[in-house]
Amino acid sequence: MRSRLLMASAFVVSFAAAPAAAEDLTIALASEPTSVDPHYHNLTPNNALTRHIFEPLIKQDENQSLEPGLATEWGVTDDPLVWEFKLREDVTFHDGTPFTAEDVAFTIERAPDVPNSPSSFSLYINDISEVEIVDDHTVRFHTEEPVPLMANNLSTIAIISKKNAEGASTEDFNSGEATVGTGPYQFASYTPGEEVEMEAYDGYWGDEPQWDSLTFRPITSASARVAGLLSGDIDVVEAVPTNDVASLEENEDVSIWQGISNRVIYIHLDSDREVTPQITAKDGSEIENPLRDSRVRKALSLALDRESIVEDVMEGIAIPAGQLLPEGFFGVSEDIEVPEYQPERAKELLAEAGYEDGFKMTVHGPAGRYINDEQVLQAAAQMWSRIGIETEVETIPVSVYFGRASDLEFSVMLVGWGAGSGEASSPLRALLATYEPDAGFGATNRGRYSNEEMDSLLKEALVTVDNDKRQDLLAEATEIAMEDVGLIPVHFQVNTWGTRDGLKYIPRTDEYTLGTSVRPTD
Amino acid sequence: MTVFIIRRLLQSFFVLVAMTVIVFVAVYAIGNPVDILIAPDATQAERTAAIARLGLDQPLHQQYISFVGNLLQGDVGRSFVFNVPAFTLVLSRLPATLELALFALSLSILIGIPLGLWAGLKPQSIAGHSIMVGSIFGFSLPNFWQGLMLILLFAVLLGWLPSGGRGEPGEFLGMQSTLFSLDGWSHLILPSINLALFKTALIIRLTRASVLEAIQLDFVKFARAKGLREGRIVGVHILKVIMIPVITIIGLEFGTLIAFAVVTETVFAWPGIGKLIIDSIFVLDRPVIVSYLIVIVLTFITINLIVDVLYSVFDPRVRLQDLGA
Repeated sequence: MRSRLLMASAFVVSFAAAPAAAEDLTIALASEPTSVDPHYHNLTPNNALTRHIFEPLIKQDENQSLEPGLATEWGVTDDPLVWEFKLREDVTFHDGTPFTAEDVAFTIERAPDVPNSPSSFSLYINDISEVEIVDDHTVRFHTEEPVPLMANNLSTIAIISKKNAEGASTEDFNSGEATVGTGPYQFASYTPGEEVEMEAYDGYWGDEPQWDSLTFRPITSASARVAGLLSGDIDVVEAVPTNDVASLEENEDVSIWQGISNRVIYIHLDSDREVTPQITAKDGSEIENPLRDSRVRKALSLALDRESIVEDVMEGIAIPAGQLLPEGFFGVSEDIEVPEYQPERAKELLAEAGYEDGFKMTVHGPAGRYINDEQVLQAAAQMWSRIGIETEVETIPVSVYFGRASDLEFSVMLVGWGAGSGEASSPLRALLATYEPDAGFGATNRGRYSNEEMDSLLKEALVTVDNDKRQDLLAEATEIAMEDVGLIPVHFQVNTWGTRDGLKYIPRTDEYTLGTSVRPTD
Repeated sequence: MTVFIIRRLLQSFFVLVAMTVIVFVAVYAIGNPVDILIAPDATQAERTAAIARLGLDQPLHQQYISFVGNLLQGDVGRSFVFNVPAFTLVLSRLPATLELALFALSLSILIGIPLGLWAGLKPQSIAGHSIMVGSIFGFSLPNFWQGLMLILLFAVLLGWLPSGGRGEPGEFLGMQSTLFSLDGWSHLILPSINLALFKTALIIRLTRASVLEAIQLDFVKFARAKGLREGRIVGVHILKVIMIPVITIIGLEFGTLIAFAVVTETVFAWPGIGKLIIDSIFVLDRPVIVSYLIVIVLTFITINLIVDVLYSVFDPRVRLQDLGA
């Protein structure tokens, strides 16, 4: 019941266009963007921040469905290796220069190749072998093989101005010199660690910007963010801690807004190695890796009381998960139910696999990367102990955790995945596809799960341009992986925003905090 | 004195070298920043490319040698995270921390020394006892909790002061600082009280103990016997004697105020170097960590030097020379 409610709140779409009020908005961010250069660092806070100033060809709405951005129409031409995009004609950059196909070609050239970028956008653009400028407002992308996700990929790329950004470095963007986009707000100032200021752009092609100015302030301490909201210094805060939500909901001066995110919290299992580092017999002697047996993996999944984790650990602010994305996303299977809590069945499965006496394992998780991550893992460990698997928990600081996880140091680990593309091929490809680093499959498959049947369905889906067919292929691939328990989904995160009274926030599944998603209530 | 200073600087140089080696090895041992910074769905090729872009594909000793080479040309490297020169980044955050530390230090001296004198001169009075009890709170209440309570009281409930952040800087004699604007002061008050509470308690206790000791000394008795005014005895003779330990502690504490204002800066979202270093450690941003430590080591060295010179001013018996020399 609760999940329906949350979904409903996340799926509110239409809002009456309110008249522009002469007002400034101050927004507190939980983590600091590292630059205002839109191509320097592919990181959620950066992408969200730069989305005000720059726009992609195709936008993702609050549910990550695609909608026209700087392109009005797009699609595959008769040649499946060529995509054509029609560009909007009435668009000008903040300095008044008109937006044309030249800017698109320039962007595609610069985005994957920013000096010193710790995480570049090349993975979304690599498929494009040639950009063809047909006329000022038509552009074609040529690829080596069919790329059905072209539109999703390009929705992550902010279009910059060739005139202002040619040869520009990240510092030129940070100083504002090259930070000239087409978005509803224009750059005003950037002081690292302190604030980013933006002003409304009068010449914006879309709806008139709601706010005169936006100020973003990074406030990493959650209690400081909440205090800022309560004292009236801050209008909108993101990532309200779950244990503050109840008291804030009773406070008349603030409002709480929640929406489901695209982030699944899951348990990855080493289902590959013959002997896995942290699993032994109860007497400590070495045993063959039990997680290679899908019955054991299934037992671990059925032993999890997801309802209780959501209600008790997450204080109701999460949704139990049975697959990789919540319902409503592209590629999700309608036939997968959230696994019910069946400890007896789990014990039977363990016995069938020859582990009636259980075994001993240490499970790992990050300390403070996801909402209540340590507590979730503690709860899961207790549930596994109840079916006879002696489980110990070790949580590790984030700066060390992910590196060690990628080095396959763990047998069982808690991780989260947000599907940036907003559809199911993203988690399937990264988490469950057989590890083939050079081809970009299984990049984050830290359990080295491998299933040929799923691989071939996924690979077929990735070159299938027909949407209905691709949806079915992805759903089927998901069903196979979930039936085989390639990993154990636990819950979907629900994100919480707080606003002062008189404002509303339209929750976004991609976890972005945008000034354009804040509206006055009326 | 010159020999003393040269020797000091030489020692400091070795401290700096040792520090960079330790940081290099430690950060290298913790992990690879690219694992934290890169998008999780990046391919192996993209990951390798990012590692190469940051120069992390080289063996550690190679990285260290090129670091030293660049350092000799005055370049500490660019932040892995922000892609700006790391030293500039640290220096750009330093004024905010210095403002906070100076303000907090002034507060703790202006409150701590008079209260400590009072408590030392009148140890049995009610005021003397109250001051000592109060100082226990200053010591024992956790810093972050004090900060949150200050915010709750003055920002949320009373609404007198902003809950965090730094104010608009003002200009005075061509210098930009939030110390020169009203908005700046309003933002400074809460975090500096938070930072000053512990130091104030420390100075109160230290001053009181020194006064109790000094008051027994012969020259004080002599001064009294000579019929000097109480004000002069306290203000000149006692104060001069107790200043030696107090200055030592203030000097050391000023260093720690700058270096460890982390908690206060986090609670009040104060954009200083304490917050920067914590964020940088979380993402293993080595160039920033090294630059920060260079700045901090230099600060400590300078402060200690100033403290030593001040000793000789307050106590002519102190000669600035190495005992071993």
